[in-house]
Amino acid sequence: MKRSILPTIAHRLAILCYVAFALFPLFWLLKVSVTPNDLLYSEGVRLWPSRTTWDHYAFVLQHSAFPTFFKNSVIVATSTAVVVTVCASLSGYALSRFSFRAKYVIIALMLLTQMFPLVMLVAPIFKILSPLGLTNSLTGLVIVYTAFNVPFATFLMQSFFDGIPKDLEEAAMIDGATKFIAFRQIILPLTLPGIAATLGFVFTAAWSELLFALMLINGNAAATFPVGLLTFVSKFSVDFGQMMAAGIMALIPAALFFLLIQRYLVQGLTAGAVKG
Amino acid sequence: MASIQIEKLEKSYGHVSVLHGVDLNIEDGEFIVLVGPSGCGKSTLLRMIAGLEDVSRGEIRIAGNRVNDLHPKDRDIAMVFQSYALYPHMTVAQNMSYSLRLRKIAKEKIAAAVSAAASKLGLDPLLERRPKALSGGQRQRVAMGRAIVRQPKAFLFDEPLSNLDARLREQMRAEIKKMHGDLKATSIYVTHDQIEAMTLADRIVAMHGGVVQQVGSPLELYDRPANLFVAGFIGSPGMNFLAATYSAGSVILANGTRIALETVPALAPGESVTLGIRPEHVVVVNDGSGMQATVELVEPTGFGIILHLSLHGLPFKVFTLDRGALNYGSQISVRFPSQYLHLFDSSEERVA
Amino acid sequence: MTNAVGTMRGHQSRKPWLKRLASASEPWLYSAPSLILIVAVMLVPLVVGISYAFRDIQLLNPFSGGFIGLQHFRDLAKDAAFYTALKNTLWWTGASVVLQFFFGLVLALLLDKPFWGRGIVQALVFLPWAVPSFLAGLNWAWLFNPVIGPIPHWLFALGLMDQPDNILSDPHYAMWGPIVANVWWGIPFFAITLLAALQAIPRDLYEAASIDGANWFQRFWSITLPFLAPTIAITVLLRTVWISNFADLIVVMTGGGPADRTQIVASYIFTQAFKRLDFGYASAIALVLLVLLLAYSMLIVLLRQTLLNKD
Repeated sequence: MKRSILPTIAHRLAILCYVAFALFPLFWLLKVSVTPNDLLYSEGVRLWPSRTTWDHYAFVLQHSAFPTFFKNSVIVATSTAVVVTVCASLSGYALSRFSFRAKYVIIALMLLTQMFPLVMLVAPIFKILSPLGLTNSLTGLVIVYTAFNVPFATFLMQSFFDGIPKDLEEAAMIDGATKFIAFRQIILPLTLPGIAATLGFVFTAAWSELLFALMLINGNAAATFPVGLLTFVSKFSVDFGQMMAAGIMALIPAALFFLLIQRYLVQGLTAGAVKG
Repeated sequence: MASIQIEKLEKSYGHVSVLHGVDLNIEDGEFIVLVGPSGCGKSTLLRMIAGLEDVSRGEIRIAGNRVNDLHPKDRDIAMVFQSYALYPHMTVAQNMSYSLRLRKIAKEKIAAAVSAAASKLGLDPLLERRPKALSGGQRQRVAMGRAIVRQPKAFLFDEPLSNLDARLREQMRAEIKKMHGDLKATSIYVTHDQIEAMTLADRIVAMHGGVVQQVGSPLELYDRPANLFVAGFIGSPGMNFLAATYSAGSVILANGTRIALETVPALAPGESVTLGIRPEHVVVVNDGSGMQATVELVEPTGFGIILHLSLHGLPFKVFTLDRGALNYGSQISVRFPSQYLHLFDSSEERVA
Repeated sequence: MTNAVGTMRGHQSRKPWLKRLASASEPWLYSAPSLILIVAVMLVPLVVGISYAFRDIQLLNPFSGGFIGLQHFRDLAKDAAFYTALKNTLWWTGASVVLQFFFGLVLALLLDKPFWGRGIVQALVFLPWAVPSFLAGLNWAWLFNPVIGPIPHWLFALGLMDQPDNILSDPHYAMWGPIVANVWWGIPFFAITLLAALQAIPRDLYEAASIDGANWFQRFWSITLPFLAPTIAITVLLRTVWISNFADLIVVMTGGGPADRTQIVASYIFTQAFKRLDFGYASAIALVLLVLLLAYSMLIVLLRQTLLNKD
């Protein structure tokens, strides 16, 4: 069969456009972050400066609270991701494998949590956490982020569980496993891609969250990266190089995590789509 | 090994009833085949014995002990699934040893049991592979191996061969039979394929609409089907049925032909009945003495020939080993030997 | 799973109640941690938040806190800024969803075809989703900034601008800034969900259609779209609701300005709550937004039901 090469070229060109559009803003961030201050304005629209420097990074790391922010963000995002994944694995399993009367009430409640502006919760949550000593604390942030991310993560995990045949659990039970052992030894290992996807998704979300981090935390000691960056931006609003260096550093962990898990995300949604 | 008793077993989902009081006594070491069309309740019955479905009413006893409320893991039974249900993340050896490992059996004993089962099934070279790297037939063998490794009280098979191609199915069928001969294990086997049922079973349980229709040896079901359903389900090609009226020791077909019966059933004259005869029992005669029929279609199977006839406008099948049948004209005549006739009354029960 | 049903209906007299209780409570045990968190950290505060809409809650005013009935809503009915924000929300949400959906669908179709390097391309084009939203906002604000960003200069060179200005401070075009940032950031979401749905379409359908002589557009129209329709409906619905509530980009890029031209309801709530610290009024606006979004969702679901019933 003879095929015209034109569609292939068009396809590759379109792909190229998308890649360029997706990466250009990030590239620009990188470019400004390594441009020496004296070249910033004279070479404003050049794609790459004639001279590069790591000074901005060095300054941010040495003369700002960024290492603290970084550490706080890693703690908060990692703990949130782990706790959410554990909770969502259990509840996603319940939604996937049991039919109980309240199931649809639970699903409706979880959908409702996706519908309203979270801003509305700031003051009430502050009032609830404050007497417990959980404001201005990383634990408080982890609790709040966990709750925010559990509904979506539950749906994600449910679609992964739906993709695993029930036969396997039944075979395990006949082989002598309790329901919980079948869940732990047979189902969970098969859901590893789903778990990876959920971990990555939640990590990225917790890493990025700004609003509640801003409202529940004051002072640098417990501030996370987004808050730090934002205060940095308002404090040093003239030094673009330093801001962008900080931005690049904020981006790296989330981007790494995402690159690792993005294909599982497609896989997980496919599993759900096949069933639905 | 153990016997299994099932008493007045019922299953319903809400208001939908799928099993209506099943009674069954399975002897120690017996090979029982549950057969019937899809939706007849045979798989539900098997899953209830396994403990995968709750019992709505009635009782199941394994080795004399009531197991209604026992978790599957405590029933000491093994099951081969239609999908095989092999654990994808475990090797063949791990799949086979999983049940023993859960029971915390000593490592050496596990290794011995696995290698014994593997050599019995010819799985030795595959022990370190994952299910993904196996062919359909090999997966089926692993599923069997996983079951026999444990020496359970009973084996349950849920249509284990239906995902295999015809040749492999035949081969595995023979192997299952041979294995049962060796192990003498109580086995319950669910299938919709009557050939599997006939070849494997010590006793067949024919089910339809959640009710047991007949229990008996394969030949009993073939020779003396208890009702129209069993008569039609067992045998291939299926039995021919003709509407008729009873009249003093003989039946009169719709076209007026009178056929004498060997035994006299307890029927009132004039009662409407159904006459059954298997295609392989119909005799083709060339002397014009039988009933006239038109040949509509000739299907040679190699082994024999299936003739599709029209008998006074009704479809009718004949199976014959005579190759001469290929050259019959469009008109033939057929005769029904009286010893092969089956007679069913208006409530579809066998009367002769 | 039929276990739970069977347990409730069958054999009540003989089954030990403890065991029945155990098997009925099993799904609850699995869902308990998630449910407790959701109820404690989202639903209880939501109810409290709704109650604020009827009270006078001002953070810096120690005498506030009293019940004031529908006063906030009466104020809201007369609040011109709110109506502007409502109009802007429609514009912001509509443009963002349509563009994200269109470009996301095209990207999903491009990625559905196997080609050399697809894995890495997929990872790269989905990358914007991993960028924290506030950083995406800052990033695009910088790109639109004529001092360090290239976009004004490009627009100037193309003759689309008289001089390289920041469109974020131009009242007529300012909304396009956050919308472009939002499209950049949101394409991956649509592309990922649609790609997943595309990959679930049985391939032999396309082969059958090709043999029947259907060209690419006919195949797209008669196979791809009908198969994607349920996914499209649900993602567009969820995304619309989500984007209406999504204030980060606007807050970071324009703060609602210039002259409220980019103020959407979500950012207006943010402004009321954190600039003016009037949580009562902010809650009232949020409640109105919630009701509107619920109504919109109901409408879509009903519409979908009627369309499905028609077939």
